[in-house]
Amino acid sequence: MNTKRPVNLDLGKLHFPLPAIISILHRISGIIVFIGMAILLFLLDRSLSGESGFNSVASLLDNPLAKLILWGILAGLAYHLIAGVKHLIADFGIGEELASARLAAKATVVISVIVIVLLGVWIW
Amino acid sequence: MVKSVTNFGRSGVSDWMMQRVSAVILALYTLFLVGYVLAAPEMGYAQWAGLFEQTWMRIFSMLALLALIAHAWIGVWTVITDYFHGTAIRFLAQTLSVLILFVYLIWGIQIFWGL
Repeated sequence: MNTKRPVNLDLGKLHFPLPAIISILHRISGIIVFIGMAILLFLLDRSLSGESGFNSVASLLDNPLAKLILWGILAGLAYHLIAGVKHLIADFGIGEELASARLAAKATVVISVIVIVLLGVWIW
Repeated sequence: MVKSVTNFGRSGVSDWMMQRVSAVILALYTLFLVGYVLAAPEMGYAQWAGLFEQTWMRIFSMLALLALIAHAWIGVWTVITDYFHGTAIRFLAQTLSVLILFVYLIWGIQIFWGL
């Protein structure tokens, strides 16, 4: 074995390509939605329990911490949906080559950031 | 030739298909709800409850709930089997996630049909 071969273990230089980051975020956002679903079901249950339940959800969501948590769950959901659409498009063979996959990954980031910011504006 | 006993459809191809079908259902349900809420900024209880009382909405909600169970089962199974190695920890994580999904299922049925 050639012992003079270059070794690069500088973690500052090694990094995931963007499509890999998109993929791992898809998994993380999926777990966030899986756990956050308990909160969404709780809010839905209460909002449908009656007039007072509906109003209690509305006043609960006036709380800045509650807004932040809801934004986090909806951001996870939005990202998971957008990255999922990219996945479905890739199933049809679009965006699977190196260049197009990078472009699709960039588009996923841009669209997700816009939607998540808009969600934040909507919640606040 | 039984190799997969904890995944959703007992076959990778079945899981692959189910994941995509359920994804489309969940996307449509999510976009519908977001669109509905955005279209009525001053929504009160009567309109909100009125929507979920419709038979077609109960059916749509149940469809989304069942799609969620399948989608999350397959997704969480994929993540667990990728990162957790060892039968005991996998079994524990898988059991816990399925238990949570069972709670979501029964809770959801109660919400959508208990009105």
